[in-house]
Amino acid sequence: MDVHKFFSRVKTFSHGIHPDAHKEETAHKTIRRTPFSPEIYVLLSQHRGAPARVIVKPGQEVVRGEPIAEAGGHVSVPMHAPVTGVVRAIDMLVPTVEGPKAEAIAIETYAAATQEVLYGEQRDISQMTPEELVQAVQASGMVGLGGAAFPSHVKLLPPEGRRIETLIINGCECEPYLTCDHRVMLEQTDRLIVGIRLLLRATGATNAIIGIEDNKMDAVAALNAALVGERRIRCEVVETKYPHGAEKMLITTLLNREVPSGGIPADIGLAVYNVGTVAQLGDLIPQGRGLIERVVTISGPGVKKPGNYLVPIGTPLHFLMQHVGSSMQASEVIVGGPMMGMTVASLDVPITKGVSGIVVLEKVKSNGGRQQVYPCIKCGECLSACPLHLNPSMLGQLAGIREYQVMAEQYNLDDCFECGCCSYVCPSNIPLTQYFRIAKSIVREARMAS
Amino acid sequence: MPIRDKTVEIKTSPHLKKTVSVDQIMRNVVGALLPVCCWSVYQFGISVLLLLLVTTLSCILTESLFCRLSQRPNSIGDFSVIITGLLLALTLPPGFPLWMAALAGFIGVGLGKSLFGGLGYNVMNPALVGRAFVQAAFPVAITTWTPAFAPGRFSEFIPSSLALPFMSPVDTADWVRERAVDGFTGATPLALQKFHHIAADSMDLLTGAVAGSAGETSAILILVCGLYLVFRKMMSWRIPAGIFLGAGMTSLPFYLLSPEIYPSPLFVLLSGGLMLGAVFMATDMVASPMTPAGLWLYGLFIGFLTVVIRLFGGLAEGVMYAILIANVVSPMIADVTQSRVYGASAKRRRS
Repeated sequence: MDVHKFFSRVKTFSHGIHPDAHKEETAHKTIRRTPFSPEIYVLLSQHRGAPARVIVKPGQEVVRGEPIAEAGGHVSVPMHAPVTGVVRAIDMLVPTVEGPKAEAIAIETYAAATQEVLYGEQRDISQMTPEELVQAVQASGMVGLGGAAFPSHVKLLPPEGRRIETLIINGCECEPYLTCDHRVMLEQTDRLIVGIRLLLRATGATNAIIGIEDNKMDAVAALNAALVGERRIRCEVVETKYPHGAEKMLITTLLNREVPSGGIPADIGLAVYNVGTVAQLGDLIPQGRGLIERVVTISGPGVKKPGNYLVPIGTPLHFLMQHVGSSMQASEVIVGGPMMGMTVASLDVPITKGVSGIVVLEKVKSNGGRQQVYPCIKCGECLSACPLHLNPSMLGQLAGIREYQVMAEQYNLDDCFECGCCSYVCPSNIPLTQYFRIAKSIVREARMAS
Repeated sequence: MPIRDKTVEIKTSPHLKKTVSVDQIMRNVVGALLPVCCWSVYQFGISVLLLLLVTTLSCILTESLFCRLSQRPNSIGDFSVIITGLLLALTLPPGFPLWMAALAGFIGVGLGKSLFGGLGYNVMNPALVGRAFVQAAFPVAITTWTPAFAPGRFSEFIPSSLALPFMSPVDTADWVRERAVDGFTGATPLALQKFHHIAADSMDLLTGAVAGSAGETSAILILVCGLYLVFRKMMSWRIPAGIFLGAGMTSLPFYLLSPEIYPSPLFVLLSGGLMLGAVFMATDMVASPMTPAGLWLYGLFIGFLTVVIRLFGGLAEGVMYAILIANVVSPMIADVTQSRVYGASAKRRRS
C-alpha cells in the first residue's frame, strides 16, 4: 500500500486485490472506428433474458440503424442493423463466447454504401414522460455495456414497492487492460451527462453519483468541469482496486450500505449503470436511434496495435484481430477483461453488445504455462481478498469433496460472483473460481430438479 | 497464416495470477531461518551443525518414505519439510543425541504430518510433535544443557551428541566442568528463574549469550528474521503480536503482586522458546486460523497458556504445549471468528 494513499483516505471497500493495471498501453488512445467487416453476424441472444425475434427475411435489404429484430418479452431488447447491406441468412450460423453455435442474422455489408446512420428521428427528451423514456430505452436495444448485458430499461422499473432514490454511475473500470470507459468519460463527457439527466427523469431519482477510480483523475477533472452548477450529479473518487466496478462494492464504497445477500440494488433504492451505457443512452435516445456499435478496448501483449475501437455489433473477432494485428505467441483471446472474461475457442465469434474488451495474452514461457497445484495451506490470502467476505479456502475444500449443498447452505456459495480474486492470490494455485462456477451450476441444477 | 486458423487456448477466468507460490513462501521461510541456524552454530559449534543436518535429513527421508508408501508424488519439493527439520533442531538442546534427533524428525513428520495427508492437512506443527515425543521419551536428554561459546566448539562434538542408541546416556557434567565456563549451572534462564528466582540479564537474553535450546537463545535475531517474513507478507504478524500481548498481560499481574517470585513480562517475552515459538512455530499457516480476529484470539490463547504452564506447571517451559494445544483448538477458533458475509443479515448462522 502506498503511503500517500494511506493518509489521503480515498474511499474504498474492504478486501479486494491490486493486479497490475496494464492500462497505459491504451488509456491515451482516442476512440477510432474500425472498418466495416464484409459480413456481420447479429446474435439474437446477446443480452440477459429472452432472445430477440427476427423481423427481417433473408434477401431483404437493410439500412444501418434499422430494426431487424424485436424484443422477445419484457426482459429482452430489439436488434438494429449495424451496417447497410443485405440479409444473407438467419440460422445457427456462428459460435458464441459460451461455445456452441447460436442463431444469428447474417448481413452482407454493401462495400459502396455510405454507412451513414439515416434511421431514427430527433426528439426532445425533456418533453418525454418517464414511461415514454423507459419505452425509448427498450426500443434503443440498450443493455449494460459494462459486460453484464442486462437490458437497461428493466432496471428503470424497480420491483413493486421499491423506488430508485439514487443512481450510481459506474466509472471504475477495474478490470486490467480495459480503458474504453475511461475514453468514453473523456471524449463523450457531454453525452454522459445528458444520459444521467435522462435516467434521473426516467427513474425519478433525486441524485446521481459517478464513482471513478483514482487512476483516472483526468476523467474526474473533465466531468467536474462539465458538472459546474449541476447540483444533482456529483463525482466521487474511489481507490483503484479490483473489483471496485462490481456494483455491490461500489455501492458500499460510496454510500456505506450493503445490498442484501441475494438481493438487487433496487432493494435499497439504488440503480447502477455503467458510464459507457449512460453515454450511449445520452447519444441514442435524443436521436431516436438503436445500439449498433460500441467502444471496445483491444489490448494485451499479443496485440500489435492496441487501442480503443468503435466496433459495429456483429463484427467477427477474426476481422478485428486482422485489423489490429496479433503476435506469433498470441495464445489466449479473452472476451471481456482478464479477470472475469472468457477465452474463445474460435475467432468466428462476433462482437456482442456486452463486449467491453478483447485481451490477447501470450503463451507463458516457463513450465508450459501450467502451474503446480499444491494443497491448501490455509494461508488465508483468499479470505482477505474476497470482496464479499466469503471463506474461499473452506469452499474450495468442500468442492474437493463434492459437498455442494453444504457450500450453498452454510458458506454462501450463491453470493460468489466469480470475480476471481481468490484464484488470483492463491499461492497453491488452486482454481477456486472455477470450482465455485461448477459448484454453482450443480446446485442450480439440483434446485431445478427438486 | 490466416488469423482464423490460429490455435487459441481455452482457459477459465481469472486469466491473471499473482506470482507467489507455496514453494516460494516456504523457501523464504527457510531463508529467514538460516541466520538463526548460523548464529546457533556459531554459538554452540559443530554439534548443532550436525544436529541441523540430521533432523533435516531425517524429516526429508520420512516424507519421501511416506509419500512412497501412500503412492503420492514426492512432496519434498515444496520445501515445507525442510522448515520442519530446521525448526526441530532449533528447539533441541545443542548436545542432544543425534539418534534421538533423527527419531524426533521421523515421529514429527510421520505422525505429525504425513499420516494426516501431508502439507496442508496436519493438525499440529510437525516439528513440535517431534519435540513433544522426545520430551516424553527422553526427559533427561532434553533438559541437559551445555554452555554457549564453549572453547573448542568448532573442533569437537559435545560428547552427548554422538551417544549410541539405547546405551546409557553420556554424562556431560565432566565435559562442562572441563570447559570451565564460569557459573554455568546447566540450567536455562527460565529454570533459574522458576526454581531459584534468579532473573537473567535482558541484554543477554536479547543477544543469546545464555544456555538453552539450539535456536531459541537470541530473541533479537529471531525477531528480525520474523520481521523480514512479515514485510514479504509471508507470515502473519498478528499471531506473534497476540502471543506477546497474551503472555505480557497474563504475567504482569503476578509480577506486580510479588516481583521477587514471578518473572517480569519482559523476561517472559525474551526467555526460553517464546520468541522462536511465537515467530516461527505458531505462525505455521496450516495449523492456525485465517481471519484477523481468529489470528488474534489464537495468539492471545498461546501467550496465556505459555505463561500459565511456565508459572504453575511442572516444566520450566510451556511454549511447546501451548502451541500444540492451540493448534488443536484452531479449527474451533476459526469457526467462531468467521467474518460476516457481505450483505448477510447478522442473525443468520453460517458456520
